[in-house]
Amino acid sequence: MTAADTIRLHVDGQPVEVPRGASLAAAVAHATPHFRVSRNGQPRAPLCGMGVCFECRVQVDGEAHVRACMTPARDGMRVSTHD
Amino acid sequence: MTEHYDVLVVGAGPAGLAAARAASGHHRSVAVVDAQAMPGGQVWRHDVAKRSPRAARKAITALDKVRWLSGHTVVAGDTRTLRMESRDGAHDVTFDALVLATGARELHLPFPGWTLPGVTGAGGLQALTKQGWPMAGKRVLVAGTGPLLLAAASSLRSHGAKVVGIVEQAPHHRVAAFAGQLWRWPARAAQAVRLKSHLAGVPCHYGAHVREAFGNDGTLQAVTVENATGMQRIPCDLLAVGYGLVPNTRLAQLLGCRLQENTPHPGVQVDGACRTSVANVFAAGEICGIGGLAMARIEGTIAGHAAAGSRHDILAWNRRHARARLFADILARTFALDPSLHNLATPDTIVCRCEDVPLAALDGLGDLRSAKLASRCGMGACQGRICGSALTELGRIASPGVRPPLFPARMESLAAAHFSSTTCDHRGTS
Repeated sequence: MTAADTIRLHVDGQPVEVPRGASLAAAVAHATPHFRVSRNGQPRAPLCGMGVCFECRVQVDGEAHVRACMTPARDGMRVSTHD
Repeated sequence: MTEHYDVLVVGAGPAGLAAARAASGHHRSVAVVDAQAMPGGQVWRHDVAKRSPRAARKAITALDKVRWLSGHTVVAGDTRTLRMESRDGAHDVTFDALVLATGARELHLPFPGWTLPGVTGAGGLQALTKQGWPMAGKRVLVAGTGPLLLAAASSLRSHGAKVVGIVEQAPHHRVAAFAGQLWRWPARAAQAVRLKSHLAGVPCHYGAHVREAFGNDGTLQAVTVENATGMQRIPCDLLAVGYGLVPNTRLAQLLGCRLQENTPHPGVQVDGACRTSVANVFAAGEICGIGGLAMARIEGTIAGHAAAGSRHDILAWNRRHARARLFADILARTFALDPSLHNLATPDTIVCRCEDVPLAALDGLGDLRSAKLASRCGMGACQGRICGSALTELGRIASPGVRPPLFPARMESLAAAHFSSTTCDHRGTS
């Protein structure tokens, strides 16, 4: 990957690189298998991959409940899991 | 801010793209809206690592001549106006005719362990993988039912996954009988041969299903696969399991479009010109019932012509439609779900993942309203899309009603909405 083809962002403070066009879900998966914590405290990760289940929701640059699978990864994003 | 178009198409998959091409050919102003950033829908989803199929690239050129509203989610509306939300805020689009091509989603059935990270849909994992999900060297079991399993397995393998097995619930004799008829659809036969040869060496289990997923520390480690003769434990890193597709009808329901009857997951009722029961609203593709790619493209073309007011272009497509319908009917019969799959969930299996509601909490509750009040089932962010379809399939609870917002939306996106209330069912009884 050349620099122009690569997106750099941070997931829970950890630097992550993904190819341009990758989803935020893919970027998070490079850093952690756990996207959110359920009501009863169980770790969860994407189920549907197409914007239906909301299991992939994370916090992006302070905005809560962002569906990672529906959001393209962008340079400089600061992502927090366990939203 | 309000924009107006002669024809508005919701959904940029094969049906929506075909509709946009047909309608714009009649010199109508056309807009296409989709929640995804890239066109193609699910079957032609953009792949960061590979070039799209030629048919997809050609279909997507339809957007050159129309207004393309990517990353826009329809959150409310009536039969003249849709309100959509994007990163930049909300705005209204008005239209003379509307083509609904909202596609389908996977049917996820609850079973012990299905909430573990690493358990996804079959089409779901394929979608994630096309957009960069780390797959190299991962041991993946693909399970559920239908030809989507082969397509998903092949796609995952080409992205570096080690596919450790394909688990198909339909019995081998039914799948073999289906394969024996494929010569009547040469393009499908060629595709099946391609997929099977790409998947050479992958064990296929027929008449089998995943009974339980096991993990440690919130990570999937193995599953048990059950068939008529017993149970087998298969270690894996990822489980991609999907039990077929269900039409996305919520927007159509909100607009008052009549649904089909006598089927657990009904599509929108349409006539030969893809007209719904609402005068200026058309529907095409999987929203009208699961028919696959070929049928979606034909219906999209018909709906696009019809929405642009041209009837004579439709007739030529009706014969091709009948042939595609025949294939869809055979598929549906071949991969009909075994009723024993309704018993996969145990009393303590979570059915509503948003609110962590176990199946036992729904005992004695027959409708969604009482289920919501008593257990919070269906009250989370997915708005009952996952648990609602599953519980309908299980015969436990009737499909949820529809009211705005169609997806969770910002307060300001819904402010000053004044849509015709006659088309909205606020009682949630449909």
